Parts: sequence; C-alpha cells; structure tokens
Amino acid sequence: MNGLSLDLLGLQLFTGVALGALYILMAVGLSLIFGMLTVVNFAHGAFYMLGAYVGLWLMMHGANFWIALVVAPLAVAGVGLAVERVLIRPLYGRGIDYPLLLTFGLSYIIVELVRVAFGNTGYPVDTPEALQGAVDIGVGYFPLYRLFVIAATAVILAALWFFLEKTSFGLIIRAGARDPQIVRVLGVDVSRVWLIVFGLGTGIAALAGLLSAPLQGVIPEMGGPILAEAFVVVVVGGMGSLAGAAVAGLLVGIVVSMTSLFAPEMSRVAIFALMAIVLLIRPQGFFGRAGLMS
Amino acid sequence: MLSIKGLNAWYGSSHVLQGVDIEVGEGEIVCLIGRNGAGKTTTLKSVMGLVDKTTGSVTFEGKELLGEPAHVRFHHGLAYVPEERRIVAGLDVRDNLRLGLLASRDKAREKELIAETAKIFPRLAERLDQTAITMSGGEQQMLAIARALISSPRLVMLDEPSEGIMPVLVDEMFELFRDLKGRGVTILLVEQNVELALGIADRAYVIDQGEIVHQATAAALLADAEIQERYCAV
Ligand SMILES: Nc1ncnc2c1ncn2[C@@H]1O[C@H](COP(=O)(O)OP(=O)(O)OP(=O)(O)O)[C@@H](O)[C@H]1O
Ligand SMILES: [Mg+2]
Repeated sequence: MNGLSLDLLGLQLFTGVALGALYILMAVGLSLIFGMLTVVNFAHGAFYMLGAYVGLWLMMHGANFWIALVVAPLAVAGVGLAVERVLIRPLYGRGIDYPLLLTFGLSYIIVELVRVAFGNTGYPVDTPEALQGAVDIGVGYFPLYRLFVIAATAVILAALWFFLEKTSFGLIIRAGARDPQIVRVLGVDVSRVWLIVFGLGTGIAALAGLLSAPLQGVIPEMGGPILAEAFVVVVVGGMGSLAGAAVAGLLVGIVVSMTSLFAPEMSRVAIFALMAIVLLIRPQGFFGRAGLMS
Repeated sequence: MLSIKGLNAWYGSSHVLQGVDIEVGEGEIVCLIGRNGAGKTTTLKSVMGLVDKTTGSVTFEGKELLGEPAHVRFHHGLAYVPEERRIVAGLDVRDNLRLGLLASRDKAREKELIAETAKIFPRLAERLDQTAITMSGGEQQMLAIARALISSPRLVMLDEPSEGIMPVLVDEMFELFRDLKGRGVTILLVEQNVELALGIADRAYVIDQGEIVHQATAAALLADAEIQERYCAV
C-alpha cells in the first residue's frame, strides 16, 4: 500500500468516528430508556428526525444554528415527556410488547405529521459558518464540522457520566434500573424518574438529529436507518451500559465507513454481521450484564 | 400507631389475605409468625404498598395508607426490609446507604448520618467501599437494615431478617433490635425463628392461610407449646 491510501484510510477512520458519534448519542438514550423503563423505544428515530426538523424550522424563522442546537432538543424533550406521561405510563407492568408497539405506531404518526408539515422531499442544511472548511489532522484535511460533532458527543458523554455516577439523581437511576421496587420503598417516586429519563433520552436523540443535518440534510425518513444502527450499537455494547454504547458506537461507525470505502453496498450487511459475531461470542454484549432480558 | 383492620390482599385472582387485623403500639416490638405461605410477607408488603390489590384499612398514626403509593408511605415514617434483602448489585456499601437517604429530608447530613450508621454497624464501617454484593449474606442483611434505618423511620418492618445467617450475626442483629426499641423505634417483625423472636417481642400474632388465628403476649405464646406446634412447625 502506498502512503496516499493510508492517508485515505486514516481520513475514513475519522469519518467513521464522526458517524459513530451520532450512533453513540442515539444509543445512550435507547439504552437508558430500556435500562430504566424496559421500554424498547421504536420512536427514538422519529425523535431524532423531529430534532432535525424543529431545528430546521427554527433556522427558517431566523434562529441561528447554535440557538437551534439548544432549543430543538429541549422542545423535543418536552414532546418526549408528554409521550411518556400520557401514552407510555398506562402501559407499565403489562409486558414489554405494549410500549414497543405503541412507540412503533407513534413513530409512523410523527413521520407522517412531518411530511404533512414540511413535504416529502428533504432540505439541505448549511454548515454553520464558524465550522465550515477543513483542518489538517495529520493524515489529511478533515471537515471541521465533523470534528465538532465528535467533540460535542464527547462533551455530552462526559456530562452524562458525571450525572449518572456523581449525582444523587444518577444514583437513583443506577439503582432504579436494577431494582425499581427498593427505590420506591426508600421513598423515591420512581415514575417521576422514568419520566425524566425518557425526556432526557429523547432530547439527546433530537440533538443527534440536528447535528446530523448539515452532514446529511433532513428528510422525514432519516430516523429509520439510524434507529436500526443504534439498536445494533446497544446490543453490541451491552444493554444499559454507557461505556458499551461509546465503544460499540465507535466500532459500528468505523465498520460502516470502512466498508463503504471498499464495498458501499455491503455496509449495512457488515454491521449486522458484526452484531451476529458479537452475540455469538458474548450474548450480553461488551459491557452488558448477563441475563438482563430474562 | 399502626393499625391494620380487615385487610384483604389479592395476587391476580388468588385471595391471599382474608381480613387481617393487627395493632402495633408505639415503641412495641410485635411479632408475626406462621407457616410458609401463610401470608406474612404479603401482610408487610400490603402495609408498604407493594401489593396491587388490597382492601380494608391500614392506618399509621391515624392516616389511612391504602391507596397511597409506596414512596409516600416511606415519607410517613415507615421502613421495610424485604425478605430478599434487595441490596443493589453494582453499588458499593456507601452508595447503598446513600440510597436510604435519597428521599429523606436529612440528605444534607448525608456524611454525618453515614458515619453514625457505621458506628452502629461496625461490620459495615470496615466495608464502605466494598461492592455490596460481594459481602456475606449476614453482612448484606445488616446493610439492608442499616439502609432502612438511616433515615430514622418511626416504624420498621422486617421480613425474616435471620434467614440463612450465621448465629453470631443473628445474636448481634437481635441485640440491635432491642437497642432500637430502647430508642423508641417501633418494630413489626416476621420471623421463622420463633423462640428468638418471641424472646424480644412484646406481643405476637399468628397467621394461617391469610387469617390471624391467634394473638397473645410474647411470653404467653412462648409458653404455649400447642399453638406453636399447630401453626408454626415448619
Ligand atoms: N407474587 C405472587 N403472586 C402470586 N401468589 C403469591 C405471590 N407471592 C405470594 N403468593 C402466594 O401468597 C401466599 C402467601 O405468601 P406469602 O409470601 O405472604 O407467605 P409467607 O407467610 O411470607 O411465607 P414464607 O414463610 O414462605 O415467606 C402463598 O400461598 C404464596 O404462594
Ligand atoms: Mg415470606
């Protein structure tokens, strides 16, 4: 191999990391929501898309990218809170398939509503001015915006880690994920905790959606593929594990970008093959606890 | 202080408690005994709010508890140490103790209260940073009790605390219950180890097939071999 293709591989690796960053953001929410509420949230991709569209709408109405990046996730988190409170809460204790079907149906409704409001065709989204251009990262020039996506994800992950490991509320979440009943007996209103976790997860999904917009544009269907990829990341990383989501997200991102360099049509197949291999060797994923599903 | 009147409880369609009546006075140790499957655990769970379907009346200091969610009952001053201990895996001893304070008004005094608790439970003091799940069964039981006590509840319900624990620790534990009583904590105790339990209790109730079939002072029941034979032999 000559130097040029090594550089190309290096750049593609970084592209994979940036892609992985979006997977990670999606996976941490899915994983938290599943770990706490035992809800397999099939609407997570719709919230991702909604984040992008709310951001787009804000920018069409004069907001700049940075304001949209703060407001859109908060707005979608609000939608998430309402969804948990009104639609999902009545289904607790009825088995895992009820909320699964509900969120599955809900995702179609959200996508359809966005089609009605914005049309079937997508929109391009400009990269914010401050983040246009590319920087030399040693192996070549890499788009600044992608570096920003990676950095933003690192910041979110660090903040989440601090929140979960170092605060009282995080302690409630960690304990409640393993034994909600004992947390209730110790005086905690667990249903409020579930509400907040669901809102937090949907807010992060919306953030990921808007972050992806300058890279891929927005279309109503944008949440579908990334939801599937995020599920793979959660399964590979281990259900309920933040570290697992981070490692697996990067891995899946890199696998996708590398295969698309050599055999673009194989990239989806590659991640499911990766998942199959990991499941064969380690059914609970990298960092998961065995027997969580039983 | 705690007054259970005509308590019925169901799991699905099976009618498990059929009109249970129990009175627990302030500062008392009251013991609930009975065979396996008699309904002891269900009684405690119903008082704590962990059984979905209950009817009748459970009042604590005059306030009706039925219909209130479990976390609200905690705030009335009720604590519950379940049969299975429920130490949270993955957390160390300190975090398990902190869990006991999460909802408490005393959260600001967390460090102080953990230190105080460690004094009462020297076995835990040595292991504050140990992953709780790696401790012995007895130590885990001590932790479960400490976690329930750290928020200074007025009434503690304990479900078979001596089960599967080595005798030295059991003695230590029952010594602690006596101490608690001395400090004005009221205790509702479910035990299989009848002699030991009656040794520290003031009064006792015998439950069988979801109904209270006998009640007496602990001393009288301790002397009543026939009742013990009939309802408590395992
Ligand atoms: N979750 C449940 N679902 C259905 N039935 C239950 C459940 N828990 C207990 N039961 C039934 O209710 C009855 C009373 O059970 P409970 O656990 O209160 O008994 P117990 O006196 O605590 O027994 P043990 O001494 O074995 O702990 C039993 O017949 C038991 O099989
Ligand atoms: Mg029991």
